[in-house]
Amino acid sequence: MSRQRKVALVGNPNAGKSALFNALTGARQKIANYPGVTVERKSGRFVLPTGEPVEMTDLPGAYGLDPTSPDEEVTSKVIRGAFEGEAVPDVLVIVLDASNLEQHLVFAQEVLALGKPSVIALNMVDLAERDGLVLDAAVLAEELGVPVISTVAVRRRGLAELGEAIANAGQRHAGPGLTDIGPTERRVAAHAMAGAAILSESRQYRLHASLDRLLLNPWLGPLILLGILFVVFQAVFAWATPFADALEASVGWLHDTVKATLPESLLRDLLTDGVISGVGSVIVFLPQIVILFAFILAMEASGYMARAAFLMDRMMAGVGLSGRSFIPLLSSFACAIPGIMATRSITDPKDRLTTILIAPMMTCSARLPVYAVIIAAFIPNTNVGAGVGLQGLVLLVLYLAGVLGAMAVALLMRSSMTKGAASGFIMEMPKYQMPRLKDMAIGLWQRAWIFLRRAGTIIFMVTVVLWLMLNFPKAGPGESQVDASIAGKIASGLAVVVEPIGFNRDMALALIPAMAAREVAVSSLATTYAVDAGDNEDEQAAELGDQLKARWTLPMALAFLAWFVFAPQCMSTIAVTRRETNGWKWPTFMLVYLFVLAYISAGVTYWIAVAAGL
Amino acid sequence: MTLDLLPIGQGARIVAVDWSALVQEEARRLRALGLEEGARISIAHRGILGGRDPIAITVGRMTVAVRRAHAAAMEVEVLESTGK
Repeated sequence: MSRQRKVALVGNPNAGKSALFNALTGARQKIANYPGVTVERKSGRFVLPTGEPVEMTDLPGAYGLDPTSPDEEVTSKVIRGAFEGEAVPDVLVIVLDASNLEQHLVFAQEVLALGKPSVIALNMVDLAERDGLVLDAAVLAEELGVPVISTVAVRRRGLAELGEAIANAGQRHAGPGLTDIGPTERRVAAHAMAGAAILSESRQYRLHASLDRLLLNPWLGPLILLGILFVVFQAVFAWATPFADALEASVGWLHDTVKATLPESLLRDLLTDGVISGVGSVIVFLPQIVILFAFILAMEASGYMARAAFLMDRMMAGVGLSGRSFIPLLSSFACAIPGIMATRSITDPKDRLTTILIAPMMTCSARLPVYAVIIAAFIPNTNVGAGVGLQGLVLLVLYLAGVLGAMAVALLMRSSMTKGAASGFIMEMPKYQMPRLKDMAIGLWQRAWIFLRRAGTIIFMVTVVLWLMLNFPKAGPGESQVDASIAGKIASGLAVVVEPIGFNRDMALALIPAMAAREVAVSSLATTYAVDAGDNEDEQAAELGDQLKARWTLPMALAFLAWFVFAPQCMSTIAVTRRETNGWKWPTFMLVYLFVLAYISAGVTYWIAVAAGL
Repeated sequence: MTLDLLPIGQGARIVAVDWSALVQEEARRLRALGLEEGARISIAHRGILGGRDPIAITVGRMTVAVRRAHAAAMEVEVLESTGK
């Protein structure tokens, strides 16, 4: 055979397709986007029992071939051979959830009507048995005219038989019973077939129902959700710290070692101060991202995510979004990058776009260093009563400002640019399941890899450019390098622009390298004020604080805080937005509107503070 | 009676759906999930805040969450017993 044959997995969402795909192909999967859309294309290699290797793809879950979401459109086009640049699959593996047979048979009939070589995987038969369902695969095979293999993907049950059936799947013709009927007839037929295939059924899906009674309880449900979220945040901020510290130390060590080893040259400085420090400052977020995604994946795999969306839907509906936007926005409090990546679970494209555009307003962890330094320097550590400190209160106000801003923008967008009635919330609530370690590990590795690859490309390039801008042209004698550099010149120009909102030239200068990542503002202020950067971070922060107090007024500091609530100063966020929206239009829009918001809020803060005599 | 008014746990059958009141894509999705004329359903859960929105509907062996606006487009008749 000249060409590798292609096998595609199709099925309803929640049919256990991904688990089956992982079991068949192992960890070596290729992840990309289908050209022109932000739908994930997963492919891997599977060797049939005959020794023939085939390319296996995991098509997005669909309820029908008449698409209602971008995911379904891809699936529908690919299996009909209408997707440009994507070869039509030679064999289809239709994945059915054994415990939800009647529902899944509707789509199966629609796919079988295409007449392509097909095999059916009757998946998760163990869960069906747990629910008291005993099924006869032979009856189904008889009714549908294609091989039906019982599988339990997570225990590798039935995989060899499935491989054999794929190898033997030949041309077939869809009988008249399949092709000339509509959706209603299919549903009736599905009901009859499922009835015939079920050997015995005791109606006991008790576990599922009683868990729902607890987790969706109007009083307890939200409390449990809140508890889980608290643990997630605790984990993201506390558990990640030792790993982040270790990474930071390694970056520092690498920086110093390279600096000591290589002869002094511009290239060495570019490598150490530019590349290693710059890319390193982003890599330190990897532990947080991995931990956050571990929780998100576990919530998704267990079926809890749909419950969280259900509980939060009413609140999100208030600003024109749906419950599905809740988790991406929540993740954005740690970092907007995983948050924006998590918007892929939002089916409605307009909801998804709105969520992406407001995600950067959630106060991410990179803002904390900036907030911490400024608050420590300018806000007195006093009590405002009831054990609440003024510093903490200011931090809370900054968080709330971001959330309120996001809500306002979402409302505005949903009634203008992303207007559209299809913002409803229709979602299947999957069965509860124990998350599988292997599937989680594969998912985590894929997320981490996407993040690292970006750090190695876009962020790498931006850091190099910034470094060059800060180091050229070279300063003459008696002139500071910063003043002489291109960045310094830009800062002088920028200072004119930001003067009305109370910023001085040093602040303008700090904003330029902070385009790479917000927390760089702190280190660049530190450099500018020539603080003796000791090893002790607290000491460094304290010293910087003294410097700031001497040079900035309180209204200036408050304006600087208000700026960072909104300013989209994070290259990675812009890059991930470009990737997820497939073009420069929306990231550009995001940059512009957030900078305008930042400018206005900083200006208003400054002038109110000045007027109040602060 | 429309589906949004059905008490929790009460078995019912969808007798008519005002598809024109729904956005086309959502109508298709509801159909694909089995929420259409003839389906036997019951309400399993309701949301937490004002309006008790959204609604979790049991249809067959599936639970599907929809908004109250979707349920309001579906006319149901109450079934005496919830068994098959």
